[in-house]
Amino acid sequence: MTHLHSWRLRRPLAALLFTVLALAATGCGREGSPPAKGPSADQLPHYTVASGFRLPASPTWTKAKRRGHLVIGVKEDQPYLGERDPSSGRYSGFDIEIAKMMSASLGFAPSTIVFKTIASANRETALQNGQIDLYVGTYTINPKRKKQVGFAGPYYMAGQGLLVRSDEKGIKGPQDLAGKRVCSAAGSTPYQRIKADFPRADLVGYDTYSVCVDNLLTYQVDVVTTDDAILLGYAAKAPDELKVVGKPFSREPYGIGVPRRDTALRLALDDALAAQEKNGNWKKAYEATLGLSGTPAPKPPPIDRYPAG
Amino acid sequence: MNVLLDNLSLYGEGLLGTVELTVYASLLALALGFLIAAFRVAPVGSLRAFGTVWVTVLRNTPLTLLFFAVLLGLPRFGLVLPFKLFAVLALGCYTSAFICEAVRSGINTVPAGQGEAARSLGMTFPQILGDVVLPQAFRSVIPPIGSTLIALAKNSAIAGSFSVVELLGTYKTLNELGYSIIWSFIWIAVGYLIVTLTISALFNVLEKRWGVAR
Amino acid sequence: MTTALYDLPGPRSRRRHLLYGTGASVILLALIGWIISLLFDTGQFTAQKWTPFTYKGIQELLLTGLGNTLKAFGYAAVLSMALGAVLACARLSDHRAVRWAGTVLVEFFRAMPVLVMIFFVYVALKVEPLPALVTGLTLYNGSVLAEVFRTGVNSVERGQGEAAYALGMGKTQVMTHVLVPQAVRAMLPTIISQLVVALKDTSLGFLITYEEFLHAGKLIASNLDYDLPFIPVVMIISPIYIGMCMLLSWLAHWVSRRQRRNPKVEAAEVGAAEPGTLLPGAGPGLPKPPHA
Repeated sequence: MTHLHSWRLRRPLAALLFTVLALAATGCGREGSPPAKGPSADQLPHYTVASGFRLPASPTWTKAKRRGHLVIGVKEDQPYLGERDPSSGRYSGFDIEIAKMMSASLGFAPSTIVFKTIASANRETALQNGQIDLYVGTYTINPKRKKQVGFAGPYYMAGQGLLVRSDEKGIKGPQDLAGKRVCSAAGSTPYQRIKADFPRADLVGYDTYSVCVDNLLTYQVDVVTTDDAILLGYAAKAPDELKVVGKPFSREPYGIGVPRRDTALRLALDDALAAQEKNGNWKKAYEATLGLSGTPAPKPPPIDRYPAG
Repeated sequence: MNVLLDNLSLYGEGLLGTVELTVYASLLALALGFLIAAFRVAPVGSLRAFGTVWVTVLRNTPLTLLFFAVLLGLPRFGLVLPFKLFAVLALGCYTSAFICEAVRSGINTVPAGQGEAARSLGMTFPQILGDVVLPQAFRSVIPPIGSTLIALAKNSAIAGSFSVVELLGTYKTLNELGYSIIWSFIWIAVGYLIVTLTISALFNVLEKRWGVAR
Repeated sequence: MTTALYDLPGPRSRRRHLLYGTGASVILLALIGWIISLLFDTGQFTAQKWTPFTYKGIQELLLTGLGNTLKAFGYAAVLSMALGAVLACARLSDHRAVRWAGTVLVEFFRAMPVLVMIFFVYVALKVEPLPALVTGLTLYNGSVLAEVFRTGVNSVERGQGEAAYALGMGKTQVMTHVLVPQAVRAMLPTIISQLVVALKDTSLGFLITYEEFLHAGKLIASNLDYDLPFIPVVMIISPIYIGMCMLLSWLAHWVSRRQRRNPKVEAAEVGAAEPGTLLPGAGPGLPKPPHA
C-alpha cells in the first residue's frame, strides 16, 4: 500500500508543477511583435473624422453614439484583408481600412473602433443579435443574404480562385477539382458554389480559412478555394509554399453588412463610400494593404443603392 | 414539421454520421479500454505506469483540445487520413480512459477472497481471470460502460465542427437554406434522443440479463 | 498487494515479471524515442516556431485566453450548482406535477449533448458567445448536479429523517437542518468531479468563437508569420489544461478521503470522486435510491 500513498502525494504535486512551470514560462517576455513575413506598408492613410455628423433615423448609429464608438465585426486570419497580430491584438488589412473610413465618415474616430472577430458562419447571427454594428470582412453580397442582413457597397469586386501548394501540377482551374480534397469556409459562398457546380470535388469545411491553408500545407487537403483577394494574401505570406492558379471563376461583390432594417445607416454608408472613393482614400487604403501582394489597384465597383424592403 | 420532411435525406445523413461515429469509436474505446485496464492491473510496473499516465492524461484533457490536436496535429507528421477516421481516433482514445476506469473498478469489486479460493482449488491464472473474476466484473461494469458510451455519442457532436458529417452539423446547411432555426434544432435534439435512448435501452436489457442481482 | 487476480509473487514469478517489465519498458521507451525523433524530423523545435512565445504580447494573449476560460468556468460552476439545487428540490417535491416537471427537465438536459444546447442558445436564440457557453454548461451540469444532490439526500440514513419528522419538524426544516447538510458533505467529491467536467467543457467555447484559451492557441498556431507553430502551441496549452483539471480532480479525491473519516457524514454514504454513472432516461432496470 505504501507506493499508493506516495503516488497520492505525487499526483497533485505533478499537476501543480505542470501548471506552475507552464505559467512561469510565460512570466517574462520581450516587448513588441515577432517578425512578420511578407511586405508591409510604411504608412497607413489617415481619415478625417466627420464632425457634427448625425443620423438619428438609424437605431444602430444612435446606439453607437450613446456608447461612443462603433463595434465592427471583421476577420482575423486573412493577411492583407483582415488580420489580427496575435501579439499586439491590432487588426490590419484592406477591410480594416474600409471599416476605419466608415467609422470616420459616421463621426467616430477610427482609433475608437472595437473590432470583433466573427467567423463566416456566424456573420448574420452577429448582426441580427446586435453583437456588432457593422461587418466588414470579405462579405459577398447575394440575394439570399439580403433577406437576413443589409449591404452597403459593394466596395470591392473579388472572384473565386484556387490556392494550391507550389509543387502542385495537376490543378489549373476549377475543371480539375474532381476527386480532389477542396477546403473552404463552411457556409461561405465559395463553399456553396463548389457544392453546386463541382459536385465531384471532395469538399471540406472549416469555420476559418487559416485552418484550410494549414491543412493545405500539411497535405490534408489539395486545394483551398475562396475569393482571389484572400488567396493572394496567403500566397504573399508564403510565396515558396503556396500559389494561386487559374482565372477567377465568379464575381464576388464585397459589401458592408448592416442590420437588415437599418436602411438609413446603409444609405449613409453608401454615401460615405462614394465620397472616400472620390477623394482618393480608397486607392490609398488599397495600396497600403492588398496592393502589397503585387496586384495594382482596380477600379472600385459601382455602388448599389437598392430600395428598402 | 416541414423542416424534417423537406430535408429528410440531410437529417438521415447526419444521423447516420453520428451513429457511425458512435459505433466505430465505441468499438475502439472498448478494445483500448479493456487493454489499458489489463495494463493497469498487470503485475508489470512499466505497463501499470503507462496505463496510469494514459488514463490520467486523457481523462483530464478537454475533448475539444484532443480533437484540435489530432485533426490538425497528426497530418503534420505525414499522417494523412480521412477526417472521420481522425474523429473516431480522438473519440475512441478519449473514451477508452473512462472505459478503462469502469473495467478496473469492476475488477476491484471482486473480493480478493474469491481469487484466493480459486487458487487454493488449483485453478490457473487464465481460469481465474476467465471463469471467476471477469464474469463478475463484467456484470458490475455494464451500467458505467453504458453511460460512458452515451457520453461518447453525445461527444461525437464536436466532430461536426471539424468537418465531419454528423447530426449537429446539419443546422448549418438548414440555416443557410433559410429554414426555421428553432425547428431545425428540435429535430436535431430528437435525433440525439433517439441515439442516447437506444443505447440506454440496450444497456438496460443487458443489465437485466447479465447484471448483478441487487 | 493481493487482488482477486494474483497473490504476492514468489521468486520465480518475480523474475518473470522483471523480464516482462524490462521488455515493456524497452518498447515504451522506443515508442517515446520515436515520437521525439519524429518531432525533430518534422522541424517542430526550430527557433522560428518557438520565438513568438518569448514575446510579451503573445504571452498576454494566452493569459487573456486562460482568464476567459476561467471566467466561463466560474460562472458555469456557480450557476450550475444553483440550478442543480433548484432541480433537486423539484425532484424531491411532494407535488406530483413539480416532481414530474423536474424529472423531465433533468432527463432531457442530461440526454442532450452540451454542444447542441450551446449552439442552440448561440444560433437560435442569438446570444453572445460567453452567455451561450455558460447557459449550455449550466443546463447540462446543473441537471447532473441535481441528480447528485438528490442521491445525496436519499443516501442519508432513513431513520434520521423519520426521527426529525417525529420531533415535529416540517419538511423544509428536515431538509435544511438534517438532510441537506449531510448530503452536501457526502456528495462534495462527486460535485467537484462534475466541476472538472464543466472546466473541460469550457473549451467548447472555442467552437462558437468565444475567445478562450484554445482560441488564443489557434490564433497563434495558424499564423503564417510564425511558421505555423501548431505543435509548440499544443505542447504549451495542453499541460496547462491538463494540470488545471488534474488539480481539481485531485481535490475531489482528497475531499473524498477526508469525508470518509469525517464523523459528520457517518449517516450518509460518501459519493465517489467520479462523475455520476447513472444512465439517462433510465428504465426500471436500474438501482433506485431508497425513497424516504
